[in-house]
Amino acid sequence: MKAIRKILDNIKPHVQKGGKLHKFHSFYDAVETLFFVPDHVTTKGAHIRDAIDLKRNMFMVVIALIPALLFGMWNVGYQHYMATGQEGTLIEYFLHGLLKVLPIIIVSYVVGLGIEIVFAQMRGHEVNEGYFVTGMLIPLIVPVDTPLWMVAVAVVFAVIIGKEVFGGTGMNIFNPALVARAFLFFAYPSQMSGDKIWVNGLTEGQGIVDGFSGATPMAQLTAGASQNDLILGFKNHAMSAYDMFMGWIPGSIGETSTLAIILGGAFLLYTGVASWRVMLSVFAGGMIMGLIFNAFAVNAYMEIPAYYHLVMGGFAFGAVFMATDPVTASQTNTGKIIYGLLIGIVAVLIRVLNPAYPEGMMLAILFMNTFAPLIDYYVVGANIKKRLKRAKA
Amino acid sequence: MSEMFSKKNLKLITNPLGEDNPITVQVLGICSALAVTVKVEPAIVMAISVTAVLAFANVIISLLRNTIPSRIRIIVQLVVIAALVILVDQILKAYAYDVSKQLSVFVGLIITNCILMGRLEAFALGNKPWPSFLDGIGNGSGYALILVIVAVTREIFGSGSITLPGFGEMKLIPQAFYDMGYSNNGLMILPPMALIVVGIIIWVQRARNKELIES
Repeated sequence: MKAIRKILDNIKPHVQKGGKLHKFHSFYDAVETLFFVPDHVTTKGAHIRDAIDLKRNMFMVVIALIPALLFGMWNVGYQHYMATGQEGTLIEYFLHGLLKVLPIIIVSYVVGLGIEIVFAQMRGHEVNEGYFVTGMLIPLIVPVDTPLWMVAVAVVFAVIIGKEVFGGTGMNIFNPALVARAFLFFAYPSQMSGDKIWVNGLTEGQGIVDGFSGATPMAQLTAGASQNDLILGFKNHAMSAYDMFMGWIPGSIGETSTLAIILGGAFLLYTGVASWRVMLSVFAGGMIMGLIFNAFAVNAYMEIPAYYHLVMGGFAFGAVFMATDPVTASQTNTGKIIYGLLIGIVAVLIRVLNPAYPEGMMLAILFMNTFAPLIDYYVVGANIKKRLKRAKA
Repeated sequence: MSEMFSKKNLKLITNPLGEDNPITVQVLGICSALAVTVKVEPAIVMAISVTAVLAFANVIISLLRNTIPSRIRIIVQLVVIAALVILVDQILKAYAYDVSKQLSVFVGLIITNCILMGRLEAFALGNKPWPSFLDGIGNGSGYALILVIVAVTREIFGSGSITLPGFGEMKLIPQAFYDMGYSNNGLMILPPMALIVVGIIIWVQRARNKELIES
């Protein structure tokens, strides 16, 4: 730590006002506050002091993502080994996944932070920590075989159009990570949907065992399979809700394991970073819509047990890490519940009724992001009305 | 002659290209800018059609401006525009059938293009024919400029080519790129991306010209 301090202290005179490298002062600030507690103090008025700031807050979410990330790496290797018919050890699976996932993470951070720094310089702001979480979320919600340049383009789009045009961190209407995902989904549909993209190496088709299918449970259901027809890899491997809960199924890198996501979610709730109201109500919304479909079922997809929806695909990931984004969610407590319920309902609705979009979670959250301020508006309005009535009585 | 192209009159043409652009500043005619800009060729044809209709409608309304009762002026304007649009539509069908098929209803929908009504109301009703003609040409060119910028962006990234009238489709992105794993951006072909491209143009323009920023 001392060595870092020394280096930073050596650079400091150059980046302060009047120094040669003053242009880069915001970048310097970002690096300095990453390693050390900032020494800026307020000079006027009373302030509550707390160790938590945006950077620590964001870091909590990144920590919460670690179980999903580690499991995702293992699963990438596991699926690949299964597709090529090899047996491997836990370490081999993990290393294979690490080598596939790490480049995506690096591209996401380098490109995203690069743009953030450029914008901070241009606007004379400090570099914001907002990208910490987004940069980790994006690799977790893309298929493992996504070409790196596509990840880069999506990150550029998400950070500039999804965030910077609105004024940067904290001002965005849509969740930037989901904007990146939606961009990829609509811009490069062939690399973002289908049966082959979810398992590493399947698109190239070399050394793949005959009869192996990389179809996700939702793709199979959309294709008309019933709950008992779901297969995992091979025809004779049935896929159960337990498999989906544990997560050894094909899917985007970090979204498959509901268990790992719940671990992260528990951490978020324990630290108070994410809202339990949103999380709970998203799951409740999905469950309610699933039960409604069960009651009026006319095809196999509608008949699957409602809890399947909660463990399939990106539902849990979206509920825990995307819907709870404090910037894009509703701010009022009642609003959070309505917002969450509607996300769950719309997600399941899109999944079951629209065969063009096997996964509805991304679209549901983006859709409800648009409505979050409106929900708040009416919740606040209703509250005012209620209190006025009480004042008159 | 020098009076016809006086500084004031020339401004009528140059202003709409920049600080008074119909799309990026007046925010008129957005719908067609989103609809016909997938490829460059229809965008150019559409821009020429709109410019022609706008210039002549401006002149006609300007000539009639003292005789039109103001209570029914909108319907008179519509009749003039509709007549011109039908002419343009027939000409396109006769001489550029393929493009006219691509543009489909959007030629007919020039009638509803807000730039036309906007300019007739704001300019032609209160000015002489010659300045009105210049205003029509100017606003048409401003519209054309944005349309072509959007269309070039969308076609290069969305289809990897450029289609110019009379030249046909030219591949801009070499096959080697595709072999290396590049693929066209499907979002560029969809209307939302046109809106975003227009938005970026507006953003850039206002960043360069601070006077345009609304308070």
